[in-house]
Amino acid sequence: MTLLMMTVNGQAQHLDVPESRTLAQFLRLDLGLTGTKIGCEEAECGICTVLVDGTPVNSCIYPAFKAQGRHIQTIEGLADGETLHPLQREFIRHGAVQCGFCTPGLIMTASALLTENPEPGVEDIKHALKDTYCRCTGYTSVIQAIQSAARDQHGAEPLPVNEPEVDEPMDVISRSVSPQQVVEKVTGKALYTDDITFPGMLFARTLRSPLPHARIRSIHTEQAKKVPGVQAVLTHADVPGENLHGLVYRDWPVLCQDVVRYVGDAVAIVAAESEEIAAEALALIEVDYEPLTVVGDPKFAHSPEAPVLHPNHPTGNLLKHIKVRHGDIEQGFAEADVIIEREYHTPTTEHAFLEPECAIGVPAGFPDHEKLTVYVGSQIPYQDRNQIARAMGLEEEQVRVIGTLIGGGFGGKEDIAGQIHVSMLATVTGRPVKMLYTRQESLIFHPKRHATIIRIKTGAKRDGRLTAVEAELYGDGGAYASLSDKVMTRATTHATGPYYVPHAKIDCYAMYTNNVPSGAFRGFGVTQSAFAVEQNMDQIAAALQIDPIELRRINAQKVGVTTATGQLLRESVGLLETIDDVTRDMRSHHPAPQFQWAWREGHKAFAWGIACAYKNTGLGGGAPDKSEAEVEAYEDGSVQVRTAAADMGQGIAHVVAQCAAEELHIPYDRVRVLLCDTDLTPNGGPTTASRQTFMTGNAARLAASALRDALAQSVAEMFDVPPEQIRYEEGLLRYNGSTVSVGEVVQWMKSNGLEARTRHEYWAPPTQPLGSGGDMHFAFSYATQAALVEVDLETGEILVRKVLSSTDIGRAINPLMLQGQIEGGIVMALGNCLTEQFIIEDGVPWTRLLARYKMPSIKHAPEIVSRLVEHRAAEGPYGAKGVGEIPSINTTPAICNAIYNATGVRVYAIPVDQDALLRAMKAQQDAITTAWSDVR
Amino acid sequence: MKLWNHYHTPQTVDEALALLRQYAGQARIVAGGTDLLIEGRAEQHPPHEALVDITSIPELVTIQQDGDWLVIGAGVTHAQIVKSALVQQAAACLVESCGVVGGPQVRNVATLGGNVAHALPAGDGTVSLVALDAQAEVILNGERRWLPIQDLYLGPAKSRLDPSRDLLLRFRLSRATSGQASAFNRVMRPQGVALPVLGCATWVQLNAERTHYVSARICIAPVGPTPSRAVVAEAVLAGQPVSEDTLRSAVAAAQESLHPRTSKYRATHEYRHELIAVLLRRTLTTAVERACTPAAV
Ligand SMILES: Cc1cc2nc3c(=O)[nH]c(=O)nc-3n(C[C@H](O)[C@H](O)[C@H](O)COP(=O)(O)OP(=O)(O)OC[C@H]3O[C@@H](n4cnc5c(N)ncnc54)[C@H](O)[C@@H]3O)c2cc1C
Ligand code: FES
Ligand code: FES
Repeated sequence: MTLLMMTVNGQAQHLDVPESRTLAQFLRLDLGLTGTKIGCEEAECGICTVLVDGTPVNSCIYPAFKAQGRHIQTIEGLADGETLHPLQREFIRHGAVQCGFCTPGLIMTASALLTENPEPGVEDIKHALKDTYCRCTGYTSVIQAIQSAARDQHGAEPLPVNEPEVDEPMDVISRSVSPQQVVEKVTGKALYTDDITFPGMLFARTLRSPLPHARIRSIHTEQAKKVPGVQAVLTHADVPGENLHGLVYRDWPVLCQDVVRYVGDAVAIVAAESEEIAAEALALIEVDYEPLTVVGDPKFAHSPEAPVLHPNHPTGNLLKHIKVRHGDIEQGFAEADVIIEREYHTPTTEHAFLEPECAIGVPAGFPDHEKLTVYVGSQIPYQDRNQIARAMGLEEEQVRVIGTLIGGGFGGKEDIAGQIHVSMLATVTGRPVKMLYTRQESLIFHPKRHATIIRIKTGAKRDGRLTAVEAELYGDGGAYASLSDKVMTRATTHATGPYYVPHAKIDCYAMYTNNVPSGAFRGFGVTQSAFAVEQNMDQIAAALQIDPIELRRINAQKVGVTTATGQLLRESVGLLETIDDVTRDMRSHHPAPQFQWAWREGHKAFAWGIACAYKNTGLGGGAPDKSEAEVEAYEDGSVQVRTAAADMGQGIAHVVAQCAAEELHIPYDRVRVLLCDTDLTPNGGPTTASRQTFMTGNAARLAASALRDALAQSVAEMFDVPPEQIRYEEGLLRYNGSTVSVGEVVQWMKSNGLEARTRHEYWAPPTQPLGSGGDMHFAFSYATQAALVEVDLETGEILVRKVLSSTDIGRAINPLMLQGQIEGGIVMALGNCLTEQFIIEDGVPWTRLLARYKMPSIKHAPEIVSRLVEHRAAEGPYGAKGVGEIPSINTTPAICNAIYNATGVRVYAIPVDQDALLRAMKAQQDAITTAWSDVR
Repeated sequence: MKLWNHYHTPQTVDEALALLRQYAGQARIVAGGTDLLIEGRAEQHPPHEALVDITSIPELVTIQQDGDWLVIGAGVTHAQIVKSALVQQAAACLVESCGVVGGPQVRNVATLGGNVAHALPAGDGTVSLVALDAQAEVILNGERRWLPIQDLYLGPAKSRLDPSRDLLLRFRLSRATSGQASAFNRVMRPQGVALPVLGCATWVQLNAERTHYVSARICIAPVGPTPSRAVVAEAVLAGQPVSEDTLRSAVAAAQESLHPRTSKYRATHEYRHELIAVLLRRTLTTAVERACTPAAV
């Protein structure tokens, strides 16, 4: 311990701390300033940015003692008491905060910029924020917010908020109210799991398999247990209940016993007085492995030579064969005048949510904790509880899961991470235990987007009408099932694209391999099939010499069309309008009066590309889908909505609050939301499949309207007036010319033994399983996007300049935050196309570091125009349907179609390799079939 | 994960040397830590016993003119270089190369000395220093001396300096005189590690009339295990008129004489071969333009 002195946010600090501290550790652990977030500890993500003597630095690699004697400023020091800094205010106003995990870093970096350059242009902002990442917003709102704050700082009017137009706004619905907890997020007060501590808390680490496939001969933990400060070392033998978990199939060991199936499989866990001691103990655990044949790719997995990875699975390595049969495929191709058959490859990709997984287990009997309690930022708290209980040999009611704020999820926080491990360690040690994954551990551990091989054959008549689609998909499910079954089903059922296709035959093989498991990732399989479908569409258009927009208009799904799974579309199919919107915008954004798809300027080739998409809302496929919410009014006139639906930044919290405020006719700011506590909030179901606005929005809406009726009934009794004469206005109920406040009614109810609380269990319209020919889904969202790309003909470098989108989401509950979903989805999909790939070599991940996985930075952010189409879904809350995933489906093919239009080279594998593209252009080839990972 | 046990911030070179001696090989010199500490975490190294941070030593963190030399401390950050009018004047290519290292947070702590001592053949600072024919002042085996910059490189990420003992103190370059100018450019890929696919720095000296090249220095990297000069292309330029023909010959000479490799997940040799032409053409054109503008010295 050595004396460290510095000024932090204007306060002198003198503390004895270890010399090994980084500045981030000093701030978070020694000073308790947890507003500074840690996302990678590699100087990559920039979210740990603080100012040292006014200069932004990455505090994760900045030695604390390097800051000796200096002035440090963190997010906590930015506001002036209760008055927010202009940046904080404008980030809120412009909707630049979603999960909020990156927000302190973005704001601190921007504040240094504004000091240096009081009127930054867009390029200045991009330069300054180049290495400060945000995975949620797509950066457009961030740029707006910074420019607006700059104006505010020098006395000019802040910029107007760039909100999309919506139809028929109501009192609260279709209004851009601020999301919940947003002030906490911009001030650094918001608590994510790693920001929470308990007295006597231990720190845990996991020993993971270094091999993709091996038999475990023995595990010796004796040496590790002897390390002073180690409180528990546990293996499979210590799992009290069933040593398996899994969301669809229970095939994933809590701790591996006799075999490991991927690099990252958990073998042992340690809890110790500090993270360093835990790490030291891990190194002393001896595991004797016998390496086994590695199943490195799905096609090999399907071959007879491949070892069977899950002997109990009835179809061997074939995790699931998914089939779509519709019409008569032979007839369909016989009717076709042109047939295009191509093979496409998509890679494994990583969510790269900025908050690595963290869980805290608190044992039953610890102060304020009656039951075994797990704090975790999870997308499915009730299923966590179920899986924890099974593995712990407990009843579900003996376990409580408390959801914390989530620093991004995108599907990557649906599976069990440390939840069961901390439960075991807390129970054994009798102390709270925190398990925080490092970024590097998070990368190798959690389920990814499926790599796919998609062969697709599309037939069309001379007039452009599609006649048939035949497709074969291979999906790399990885070592455990996770959500492979569901994800690959979606890839399969959406493989016709959003078009009327009379004859279809689609087969998908989801395979077990020894790669990292694959699971849910925004787009849920449809991102992959759209890459293939939409490029085949452009090739059909070229073969028929039909304009690609026209071809899509000819075939677009509309009300009255039956999909390839046999579903008759009865309502809310806004695809044509989205095509029209984008066509119009493309012409108005075109640099010349005469529209052309492609043109050249010097050594730059420019072109537009277009693609359409659709995506189901809700689980569908016959799965019972329900959500429950509870609404309670209080004597002070405020209302609380309670439901276990996860808000990972996408904003279900404000959606349910808006529904409640609308129904109860009270101001939005009188509604509080409690999410994800299995003891206090009813089950909202999984946060997946773009279902929460529809499902839990409906549950909250209906619970609130029941509460309104109950309040009215009470007023009727209080004042002896007929309930139908009661009117509502801003928190008041009006009767016979007088008014009474909600709070007074609640007081009356309580004193009369009535509860001002209602609960509603909302059941989605029933759906039918695939193959039954019925309605697989209760709603679909639609989108069209156009991308404008610039290709450097000398280097092959690709820049996406604009993305124009139009999305049919039924209704915009919160237009600004919805736009944030669209912008974020587009930029995430741009990464899918151009920057991202999780590389695995024979089962061994090369992508062990964030430094090896580039997600789009602000430099990549294109100008985005997003329009909304609101074809109401009759069953949706106020007509809304899902939005979470639809924007990240068609960006990739739109960009690839644009690249083709610009260069004449068709891209069959992503991420696009500029190296191969340049070589293809030089050699006058019309296709590239290799991706970045093939460069070796 | 703990990356070091003790942290020292000596105020003088002697103090730094004394600390290094005291730890007898167990201490490691650090500047911005953006290579060293990242590598420590990536490779899961056991913690360094001590880090000796050289960025509080005044003579290592200043940029100054010394007669005909421009002297840049090894502990000068990329951000300092980008802002320095002195460097801009003497070595525009160095400003350009330091300006693209990482993002602002990295450039605010990462140093030119660290870039050189890390010894990647295509380190951005390195490429420009080689084209500028810089010299480095080092304390090597206890002896203080000036060496040509290229003498510091033994192989990829292999420096002649032992980072537990040898200090890199300063760099010096000739201050530009009339008709001299330089330019840097690189091509990256948006995937994978932040290492350039190819970088190129070009320095030219034109005659008084600005019609002919007197001489040129070109560094294109990576084309080998250590950074090197494209001497064949340089020779093609010397004495020749400033023209499209000369440019074309120089590009052809560079493409013929340099043999870049394919490196995994970065670039194929064919792609790099193409980029040699693109980058040399771009930097040479810019450097000549700069040498011809009256403001340029
Ligand atoms: C996100 C990110 C992006 C990056 N992008 C780029 C890029 O685009 N281009 C590029 O070239 N580099 C890049 N780098 C690498 C790195 O930032 C640079 O190489 C930087 O110049 C290293 O300087 P440093 O001061 O941080 O070195 P350190 O990490 O402190 O040291 C590097 C090595 O040099 C030794 N050393 C340092 N100073 C001295 C000295 N004075 N005497 C003797 N030995 C010394 C150290 O012991 C160590 O071995 C990037 C790094 C990160 C994290
Ligand atoms: S850069 Fe510091 S945590 Fe990512
Ligand atoms: S809001 Fe930026 S990462 Fe979530």
